[in-house]
Amino acid sequence: MEFFYHIGKYLLFLKKVFKRPQKRKIFFQNVFFEIEKLGINSITIVFIVSVFMGAVITLQTAYNIEVSFVPLYLVGLGTRDSMFLEFSSTIVALILAGKVGANIASEIGTMKIREQIEALDMMGVNSESYLVLPKIIAAVFSYPLLTLFSMFVGIFGGYLAVYFTDAIPVDDFVYGLHYYFIPFYISYSLIKMVIFAFITATIPAYQAYFIKGGALEVGNASTKAVVYSSILILFFNVIITQILLS
Amino acid sequence: MIEVRNISKSFGDEQILKDISLIFEQGKTNLIIGQSGSGKTVLLKSVVGIHKIDKGEIILGNEVYSAMNHKEKQKIRKEIGMVFQGGALFDSYSVYENVIFPLRMFSTMTKKEMTERVDFCLDRVNLHHINNSYPSEISGGMQKRVAIARAIVLNPKYLFFDEPNSGLDPKTAIVIDNLIKELTIDFNTVTVINTHDMNSVVEIGDNIAFIYHGEKWWTGNNNEILTSDNKELNDFVFATKLMRSIKK
Ligand SMILES: Nc1ncnc2c1ncn2[C@@H]1O[C@H](COP(=O)(O)OP(=O)(O)O)[C@@H](O)[C@H]1O
Ligand SMILES: [Mg+2]
Repeated sequence: MEFFYHIGKYLLFLKKVFKRPQKRKIFFQNVFFEIEKLGINSITIVFIVSVFMGAVITLQTAYNIEVSFVPLYLVGLGTRDSMFLEFSSTIVALILAGKVGANIASEIGTMKIREQIEALDMMGVNSESYLVLPKIIAAVFSYPLLTLFSMFVGIFGGYLAVYFTDAIPVDDFVYGLHYYFIPFYISYSLIKMVIFAFITATIPAYQAYFIKGGALEVGNASTKAVVYSSILILFFNVIITQILLS
Repeated sequence: MIEVRNISKSFGDEQILKDISLIFEQGKTNLIIGQSGSGKTVLLKSVVGIHKIDKGEIILGNEVYSAMNHKEKQKIRKEIGMVFQGGALFDSYSVYENVIFPLRMFSTMTKKEMTERVDFCLDRVNLHHINNSYPSEISGGMQKRVAIARAIVLNPKYLFFDEPNSGLDPKTAIVIDNLIKELTIDFNTVTVINTHDMNSVVEIGDNIAFIYHGEKWWTGNNNEILTSDNKELNDFVFATKLMRSIKK
């Protein structure tokens, strides 16, 4: 019952979020501001996580190939496809759900308990749209770019791993990167990331928008926001995969 | 003038406001007083339309505000300035950005006109040289004054203050009270103030409504309040030694 109540409330909330911005110029300023906050400020963490994951996937695959008839170039292929199919979208989205989700929930939650949202409404501002729509646009626009960046960096990490170890010859790795390449995997990842971006922007905002009370509730909303967006990301990952790859 | 007619408001099973009728006059400071938890904030937020009332009517000027739809209400809201208890300034905006915000959203002024208007309002509340400071960098009294500047920037007809003195020292509190009084006279606004501060009651209580457990218990002015024989009112007004010594 509670579940359907929240779905209904969430959809009504989104309806308000998607009201047309009242002042276009301010709206675009806010979008750029959010791109910086949600997108550009996430580049470092995406870089760090992707470079290490690319390296470790490469080494694990290399050290697991013990039988000699498995061609070594499969290591490069494996790293590439792991990054392209799953890591650079789903895992990066989960990490962003933690970082950006908590940030959005605490920002909006604090505004809520300090009556700043009521202040916006009292001025005649559509607060849902004013606060949340720029975040959605910014996330949907910048997350797929982070995915592309993560793919690139992940493969770079794999390359570094084979370069600095003697796990497999570098040439085999590079050959594997080119071997049997399916461009649709990139589109598939980007499509997933757009959905994940929408989830990580709206679920924390929804969680925070309806809190009552004080700082404790803001903390609770942040935690819930991260947990629920992560679960939804994993759930939609399965759904979209079934739709796009079956 | 604002007329509140027989409004009631409940949250769940708990009835917070019980059939309250009041009149707030133009050019006067209209005070709502009562203990913490008596329902002052709920009353104020019900009048301005943040809370939806269960029963009754709210009339602003000659329009039935409570019967309007969201769009019509939004239009009227530009004529309402409100100062929330904690100031409700936007933390990520500077003082200047906070005050100019309603103008940028809703006025057709040029940038220069807006800046002049902001300067005028900040000057009006006696704030200088803090345009680029952030709310967390200025004192509580200054934050309240910035909030007042933001509330008057669109030239409102109606001004609402929720506990404007809470968290301020007595001297700063008097400055804020006097400022509110001056603005009310200068701009001829209908001004409604929630307070439990007896200093404010004595200083600026043109019209006073005493709320007791969600009911309108007593109305009068700052002379009458000191001589009333209403028991609950007297318990509230003369709760402190200072006030009792004034009575004698
Ligand atoms: N949004 C709300 N939901 C439920 N109860 C509320 C809400 N806002 C206020 N109340 C309750 O209404 C009563 C009056 O509160 P309030 O108007 O804030 O008192 P005060 O006179 O101190 O401003 C309190 O018991 C408070 O718990
Ligand atoms: Mg209150």
